[in-house]
Amino acid sequence: MRKQEARRPAMTGNMPFLVVGILFFLGLYAILFERNLIKIAIGITLLEASANLLLIVLGYRTGGSIPVFTLAGDVQTMTLPTPQALTLTAIVIGLATSALLLSLIMMLYKHYGTLDVREIRRLRG
Amino acid sequence: MQPLSVIVRTICDIFAWFLAIFGAYVIIHGHLSPGGGFQGGAVVATFLALLLVAHGGKKLLAFVKPGIYSWLETTGLLVFIGTGFAGLTTVFLYNFLSGRGGLFGAVVPTGPNPGILNSSGTIALMNLAVGLEVIGGLSLIVIYMFKGIRLYEEAGSEETGHDR
Amino acid sequence: MKKGVLFLIALLLVTGTLWGALASIHPFGNVEKAPMDDYYIENAQQERNVNNIVTSVVFDYRAFDTIGEAAVLFTAVCSVLVVFRKGGHD
Repeated sequence: MRKQEARRPAMTGNMPFLVVGILFFLGLYAILFERNLIKIAIGITLLEASANLLLIVLGYRTGGSIPVFTLAGDVQTMTLPTPQALTLTAIVIGLATSALLLSLIMMLYKHYGTLDVREIRRLRG
Repeated sequence: MQPLSVIVRTICDIFAWFLAIFGAYVIIHGHLSPGGGFQGGAVVATFLALLLVAHGGKKLLAFVKPGIYSWLETTGLLVFIGTGFAGLTTVFLYNFLSGRGGLFGAVVPTGPNPGILNSSGTIALMNLAVGLEVIGGLSLIVIYMFKGIRLYEEAGSEETGHDR
Repeated sequence: MKKGVLFLIALLLVTGTLWGALASIHPFGNVEKAPMDDYYIENAQQERNVNNIVTSVVFDYRAFDTIGEAAVLFTAVCSVLVVFRKGGHD
């Protein structure tokens, strides 16, 4: 007897991937089409947030609990611990990037007197 | 920065120390509950940010000396690397203190259990070292970015290009 | 009007491509095979005497990445201090 074709996974069960896509697109739009330097910095932060969310979402098991044994009760399955460890490192590196980016924006404002990207490209020193 | 009103300053004086103690709790219990060095260090760094917002810049710069935070940061990184070199007889960063019965050396029963505080060897020492480094680093960033605002008085008086 | 329509089309294209591609890696919630993480979940509590498996992965099984991360944080703090130096501007 022929087996029925395997059903494709229902697309609405994969909602977290949709959220990752929306955040990625909004960050990319803010970097490409905004004129104020602070808004470009916000776009970079949004892009990093979407990458961290993707890392955590990839390591989920349905019905799993956190991978900690203290006062755990009756635990059947646990989620994967490795993507959570990698996300910790990625968050700290994102913080370092943001701090240096904002410091350089403050120095640009002191030298040019404006926060508009098109004006800064036109002035020469 | 101007200081805020009397109500905000009083509440800040009471609650800022709770932040410091909660951050120390998250750092120390890093091997028993979710948390650890980086997260607890970020919580303690908000102690300095709360003082800056509530009391104003002039009072904070008279109260705080950046030399202490710079010393905290370098000590944290050096202790972390030194703990790695101490286990060099087997391999760099080997956990040579777990399960031996000395400092941080108790044996943990398998399965769910209420946690034992002096277990897990060099992991607890590394949590403390990284916590010290993050406290020093983030506080230094807050202090020096605030001091840099004073450079604005030398910039041009007219500004352009805020919104389209 | 024209910019709004372009924005919507670009949103649908980018988001739809990412959503379809990510959903065909594996459906959300059932990881098929993860041999390294199963080894960590079963043996980390006995070998290293620690209750929190994520901390043992960050500070013991992969401690070399954590040294790199601490160095990146230190370098970022030093760079911010260099940017706000007094004097020496020409």
